[in-house]
Amino acid sequence: MPDTQALVNDFLNKLKKRKIEGSQATAKQTAELLRSVISQTRVPYTNQAAALIQSVKAVGEGLIAANPVELAVGNVVRRVLHIIREEDLSLTTAAMAGLNLSAVSDDEDDVGGDNQPVLSAAAIAAASRSTLRPPSLQTLLEDVPDSAAVPHTSSSGGDSEGKSKSADKSSRSRKLKHDVIEAVNELIQDINTCHEQIAEQAVENIHQNEVILTLGSSRTVLEFLCAAKEKKRSFRVFVAEGAPRYQGHLLAKELVTRGLQTTLITDSAVFAMISRVNMVIVGAHAVMANGGVIAPVGLNMVALAAQKHAVPFVVLAGSHKLCPLYPHHPEVLLNELRSPSELLDFGEFSDCLDFGSGIGAPLLHVVNPTFDYVPPKLVSLFITDTGGHNPSYIAEIYQLFVTSLRGEDMKFKSEIMKTNCVAGGNLVKS
Amino acid sequence: MGAQKKGATARVSEDPEELARNPLQAILLADSFATTFRPITLERPKVLLPLVNIPMIDYTLAWLESAGVEEVFVFCCAHSKQVIDYLESSQWSSQPNFSVATIESHNSISAGDALRLIYERNVIHGDFVLISGDTVSNMLLTQALQEHKERKKKDANAIMTMVVKQSKPSPITQQSRLGTDELFMAINPVTKQLLCYEDKAEYSKGFISLDKTLIADNPSIILHNDKQDCYIDICSQEVLSLFTDNFDYQHLRRHFVKGLLVDDIMGYKIFTHEIHSSYAARIDNFRSYDTISKDIIQRWTYPFVPDVLCGSTAIKVERQGTYRASDVTLSRSAHVGSFTFIGQGTKIGNDTKISHSVVGKGCTIGSNVTIEGSYIWNNVTIEDGCQLRNAIVCDGVIMKSGAVLQPGVILSFKVVVGHQFVVPAYSKVSLLQQPTQQDSDEELEYADSTSGTGELQSEKLNGDIAPDLSETASELGTGGVGYIWSVFEGVQDEEWRHSVAPIPTDKLVKLMLDEDEEQLTQDGNVLSASGELKADSDDNGSEDENNEDSRDDYVFFEKEVEATFLRAVHENVKVDHAVLEVNALRLSYNMASVDCAGAIFYSMMKLAVESPHSSASELLKNAAEMITKWQKLLKSFLHDIDEEIEVILKFEEMCLESAKEFAALFPQVLHLLYDKEILQEDAILRWADEKEGADESDKVFLKRSEKFIQWLKEAEEEEDDD
Repeated sequence: MPDTQALVNDFLNKLKKRKIEGSQATAKQTAELLRSVISQTRVPYTNQAAALIQSVKAVGEGLIAANPVELAVGNVVRRVLHIIREEDLSLTTAAMAGLNLSAVSDDEDDVGGDNQPVLSAAAIAAASRSTLRPPSLQTLLEDVPDSAAVPHTSSSGGDSEGKSKSADKSSRSRKLKHDVIEAVNELIQDINTCHEQIAEQAVENIHQNEVILTLGSSRTVLEFLCAAKEKKRSFRVFVAEGAPRYQGHLLAKELVTRGLQTTLITDSAVFAMISRVNMVIVGAHAVMANGGVIAPVGLNMVALAAQKHAVPFVVLAGSHKLCPLYPHHPEVLLNELRSPSELLDFGEFSDCLDFGSGIGAPLLHVVNPTFDYVPPKLVSLFITDTGGHNPSYIAEIYQLFVTSLRGEDMKFKSEIMKTNCVAGGNLVKS
Repeated sequence: MGAQKKGATARVSEDPEELARNPLQAILLADSFATTFRPITLERPKVLLPLVNIPMIDYTLAWLESAGVEEVFVFCCAHSKQVIDYLESSQWSSQPNFSVATIESHNSISAGDALRLIYERNVIHGDFVLISGDTVSNMLLTQALQEHKERKKKDANAIMTMVVKQSKPSPITQQSRLGTDELFMAINPVTKQLLCYEDKAEYSKGFISLDKTLIADNPSIILHNDKQDCYIDICSQEVLSLFTDNFDYQHLRRHFVKGLLVDDIMGYKIFTHEIHSSYAARIDNFRSYDTISKDIIQRWTYPFVPDVLCGSTAIKVERQGTYRASDVTLSRSAHVGSFTFIGQGTKIGNDTKISHSVVGKGCTIGSNVTIEGSYIWNNVTIEDGCQLRNAIVCDGVIMKSGAVLQPGVILSFKVVVGHQFVVPAYSKVSLLQQPTQQDSDEELEYADSTSGTGELQSEKLNGDIAPDLSETASELGTGGVGYIWSVFEGVQDEEWRHSVAPIPTDKLVKLMLDEDEEQLTQDGNVLSASGELKADSDDNGSEDENNEDSRDDYVFFEKEVEATFLRAVHENVKVDHAVLEVNALRLSYNMASVDCAGAIFYSMMKLAVESPHSSASELLKNAAEMITKWQKLLKSFLHDIDEEIEVILKFEEMCLESAKEFAALFPQVLHLLYDKEILQEDAILRWADEKEGADESDKVFLKRSEKFIQWLKEAEEEEDDD
């Protein structure tokens, strides 16, 4: 697969050089890259799922290491791995259902009898349901009660690979790859349409004559506001400019061209204006497992101001931004420090930066962080492509997700741990 | 390489439109052709020296790649093998859409030679970026490139765009923060054309010279001293051929840029592109190495910062600009201060303090060590109780316990500093002995011929290092290995200017006092203290050394002409040849033909006077002979009346000063010149008219030749009557 290698290298480069802006674009490109990796991987007759997981993992580790700050990459890699496992599982159970009891007796020989009684009709039913729906984290978000069923089915996952020997059919191996690619396609589709799906909920959240405040620029926020406008809602928007990149200026311009009443303010004026605001709507870089948000710099201040005046603080995030990591994980503590030249002109201050005299150390230090962490208690509502949730709910979902993984075979769990470590950069050693 | 050349020629033959879509190319000079980084560069090429733990060339290549350059030719000269080996094993050899080809040479001694060689290879097919391998930048090339292309379309002579950046020089030391001399640039603010480039301005004189025609040709000129030359040039193909045409161009700035600015025959123009928010700087000396390292740590070069560039070996940025690799062994009581970089696998002992420093990979640092503002490369061992301030310590150095490095020390590869030894400030220590012959070429920044064979030298040295050891042990304390290089006379005072250490305060105070004194002595002349603008009085361009007084020039010229003339007389040179020679002199001294006529006439008369004569009549005879013989020479410089008048004036002057014997013969000689048709009657009459209004004393000769003039006038009237 030389051409995939070139693709991977190219994408790695772009990630390293910070040439891809925005987590949606990153997520989409990651998913597309993984799709081509999957389609290029030669699958052996036995253990196809392992082979796929192997190649996806290999690529994924590289991608995450290339830009550990961009959490969307890791999220997509994890979801693709999950898809492969789920597809494999559902295929096995489906095959087993077709094979009748004789197949079950075969299993008895292959694996120990401990798993046998669990293989109930319920498990098969749950598995078949998961084949109908894209099996992913989204399944968990959509119908949480069902997630209780997932661990059940997954308990049979432990021997699924063993069984794949017995259910060795050429059509099946092709079907697994095909199914996985289908599911990844759906994932890409989800990432593509997440803006629209979030925007659909705009009318329910923005009411007549309200004043909305946002900071900086986010495409999700733009689409959201415009969707409300299209539904004949009349409201006003305050845009804080989002220093030092001043993307708020662009957002204000865009909003005005779409016919929205817009007021541009400085970031420092947020607290003064917040009492007149009915709702704060912002985008996010990533949503953590505890419901906290990694967001563009300045948002924590806005969130605190909103809390002080009891203004709802709403975060819009596509599901690719949901990250099963906690904010105490080392890679989440990373912040991207950008060039100080965004803050001040080097030439004007060159005499302050002269290291040639005095103690030989600069007295002026310019720090330009990209992200803020907004703790979950400051967030009133998350709006994802699957609907609105509150932070504790998000945390709960993650909890379920993680326990469901724990219930599954240990391999998957170690895999998650491993991917986490990659982001921390330790895997290179191990 | 042969195949590459073949491919290149094939591409040249393609139609012009195809050529216009050529990929953007770059020439990267992986040799600075300078000796500023010695002794380190005797063993490793400058471009491979680590800058915040990453070889310099990686910064340059990473920038070129992200700026959209697709093909880079790396020119290697000194230590070419090391550079080529490094590039082959690095990530750059396997990049898609980015090819790095090396061009190797062993006998190039300057950037000029390098470019001539590249021209011969015929690999550059359009505009290219010219950069040296020690440049760090994050600028976007698109706009500069676009501007360059548009200018080129309008004016084919706009062959180069130079990138500049604002950076104020220190008022006290007269040098930039990069340790380079204060640079003066005259730029037309509208067209951005570069009009003057002066990096060695005379501070003692306190002025720089501008050509008067610059002021005449440009409605406005801005003279900057706060611009830093980034040494990033966007050049058109012509630049290479210019280097080939002018085989004496060596240095990119001193010869090429200044040469183009002075040369008004070809009319090539250089433009500037100023960058504001992005960063660009070149590592020229140890001071800039220090400054740029700190800029990188402060992230001005983002995204070309260690934690982004390293990628796989994740380096984390912590508070206060501390960069730490993932597997550093740090004692609990060790204190790593702000703006510090600690590389992979480094071990740091108890109570050690490190601040504002870079520590490379695999170093072992003991307990109670103090490291401030220093650059420690890879695999260095520093034992307990050492102190380092503002020093550079290369790979494999061992510092025995208690050793001290004073500010500005450079320890080259594998040096061992003895127990409790104090290395004095600004000393350079190397395993290699200092080249004995003093570089007379150093001023020209030629690479020394030994730098090419440095590897050989070191191998040889490693072979018989044992006898050396015993001899040099004392030089670096007990158990020390290495030679302390002595500093050349005269350079010592200036060592602090380019050192890695900050300028000591007492130096600054001293400089400030000096300046005050200077200002006191020049009291009243406020302008000269702050750099007077002086328009040049002759048309000879501003770069000429002897532009103080054009009068001096004339005296030299006259002497030269006289010598030429005498040679012509004694060696019987043909008149035509003499004319040619005088013309050549005229061009080289930039004189008018008026001056030639005056000078030739002067020489003729002088010779006539000097040849033996007993009476006035004999002298007249001599003069007549002389004039008859050389009239053709004289005539060839007398194109119009003004020049003829000049001859009369000259003669008058001579009669008054140098050849008073002629005074009595003035009217006769004048008549003679008229008879020989050297002077027209118009000229004589005009001279007479001009003199009419002059002082009495000036009229002496006019009166003497009154009769002759009268006769002339009458003759004229008679003609009119006819």
